[in-house]
Amino acid sequence: MTTLAAHLAAAEVVICCGSGGVGKTTTAAALGLEAARSGRRAVVITIDPAKRLADALGVPGGLGNDPLRLDVPGNGELWALMLDTATTFDGLVRSNAADAEQAERILANGFYRNVAGSLSGTQEYMAAERLHALHLDPRFDLVIVDTPPTRSALDFLDAPGTISRFIDHPLFKLLMMPTRRGLKVLNIATQPLLRTIGKVVGGDVLADAVAFFQAFAGMETGFRSRAEDVMALLHSDVTRFVLVASPREDTIEEARYFAKRLHQTDLEVAAIVVNRCTPEFGEPPAKRPKPAAQAVLYDNLVELRANAATERHQAAALLSTTGVPRDVHTTWVPTLPGDVHTLAALATIRTLLFG
Amino acid sequence: MPPKRVDPLQFLTSSTVAIVAGKGGVGKTTVTAVLARAAIRRGLRVLVIELDGKPALSRLLPDVEVLQLSATAALAEYLDTHGLSLVTKRLVSSGIIDVVATASPGIDDIVVLGKIRQLEQSGRYDLVLVDGPAAGHAITLLMSAKSMRTTMRSGPINAQAADAAAMLADPTRCQVILVTLPETTPMNEAVETAFALEDRVGVHLGPIVVNGVDAGPALPADAAPVGSPLRVAAEFRNTRRLLHEAACRDLGDMLALPQIVLSHVPGARLDTASVEALADELDPR
Repeated sequence: MTTLAAHLAAAEVVICCGSGGVGKTTTAAALGLEAARSGRRAVVITIDPAKRLADALGVPGGLGNDPLRLDVPGNGELWALMLDTATTFDGLVRSNAADAEQAERILANGFYRNVAGSLSGTQEYMAAERLHALHLDPRFDLVIVDTPPTRSALDFLDAPGTISRFIDHPLFKLLMMPTRRGLKVLNIATQPLLRTIGKVVGGDVLADAVAFFQAFAGMETGFRSRAEDVMALLHSDVTRFVLVASPREDTIEEARYFAKRLHQTDLEVAAIVVNRCTPEFGEPPAKRPKPAAQAVLYDNLVELRANAATERHQAAALLSTTGVPRDVHTTWVPTLPGDVHTLAALATIRTLLFG
Repeated sequence: MPPKRVDPLQFLTSSTVAIVAGKGGVGKTTVTAVLARAAIRRGLRVLVIELDGKPALSRLLPDVEVLQLSATAALAEYLDTHGLSLVTKRLVSSGIIDVVATASPGIDDIVVLGKIRQLEQSGRYDLVLVDGPAAGHAITLLMSAKSMRTTMRSGPINAQAADAAAMLADPTRCQVILVTLPETTPMNEAVETAFALEDRVGVHLGPIVVNGVDAGPALPADAAPVGSPLRVAAEFRNTRRLLHEAACRDLGDMLALPQIVLSHVPGARLDTASVEALADELDPR
């Protein structure tokens, strides 16, 4: 068993993070293939709007918010889904509301419909929420998360106090004045700051926001305890974080950012995957051959080997500055000449990752 | 169809503002650096604007003016200069400025476009090169001028949006330079983005840049034994070159835009020498 496989064998949750364009989705899918091959029942969550996981897994109709079982080799199972932030949020509101009436009031609110989904952190929070639900789902014993290619992808790692972005949102704090009897909505007209915001964003938006937070009152406790459960799962020893990068400065820069972010939250990187490396082809002949055709081939091999060596040397130097300990297992995955958008190509990637 | 040959001076001087756009990982920053270098060589006064705050360009362009522009800073500056200076500080420090930006989708985009327009109008630059946001966001950013004008029918934001829309609609003032890789997925996305930008934004598209291309003749792979390192390396190279060549051809069929092809640069770290070398490809000395 290779080190990467050994690392992941005991995991119940694997979170893949990294910048865009480094094959993160492909890596998540290949980890899923490996899990299914070794008899586990894995589900991959993607948040990728480009629907690349569906392409990579060869699902012609695309993926939906519900897990879809894929036809893959092995004794295990591989399922995949595409996170729908709005639907997940709606479900969370329904399950935390005191009654159906409160839920409907929130779901129909204009602020909730237009703004809630796009507030910073909402998508990441919903991903964490979904991950938690799937971890409890008896159908699966491994949840693999393909995080969105943004720096905010790990926002759900913030302390439990801030994970529920809504309750701790500055606007919520501004609108809801804590009193002895609970939360009270402030009067906009008496607040110069709110009047100013109203001037900039329009009064309707603000009125909707107030109505939303009023309707929301009483639900914070449920949200908060749920957030704490999610945090506990992320910090438990069944969760592993895999950094995905390519041998390029900008993507390793992003890896450095994520590693730091994890470290700040007392979490560590379990493994690094560097995709799209120049392949190794083996030793060239001792001497440059005389015949012209073979000399051309010799020059090509020498050039590619030099490129691979420079790339590996520079990438390793950059990786050593990310703060990830040197003993963390790094897998260098050679690039394929074409795109990975079939199950067969994905199986090749799986072999390259796990042997 | 064979891609048209691009005259660098012609396209670099055809508009003052050039927004470089493409999905993550296609090398927008590389392309921005190369275009800036080519423009400097032709004697243009160049300003480079980096959005999304991942500073890399000042290292690659040590002799060029580089401005970091964040939406939050632009919004704060906007509020500050529009009679809201008293509350601006509190808005920023409390994080409420993010809520203003989100509660009114597009407002941050509009102030970013407004800032770009202000620099364009300053007369200090012949070329304002913007290292743009990822493809999806590029459409939102550029759409914001149109959508803000319908949601806010009057007031300062409406005026700002109208000015930005006028800049975007004028090919002598603004063009978008799309960047892609010679691979199926990024290319399809670039084509979708190109159509969306033309249909929904009406912005002029400059040449499309295909980055990281391995071009060259087919190697005589069968001169070496099957499975030997010489043969496998040659086959890898030939496959990649054929795929890249086909990709550039397909892109030309799908998009009637002039193409700029930039070579694959080996190594993990782009340096000023590789920027110079790529600028030589664009504009041979």
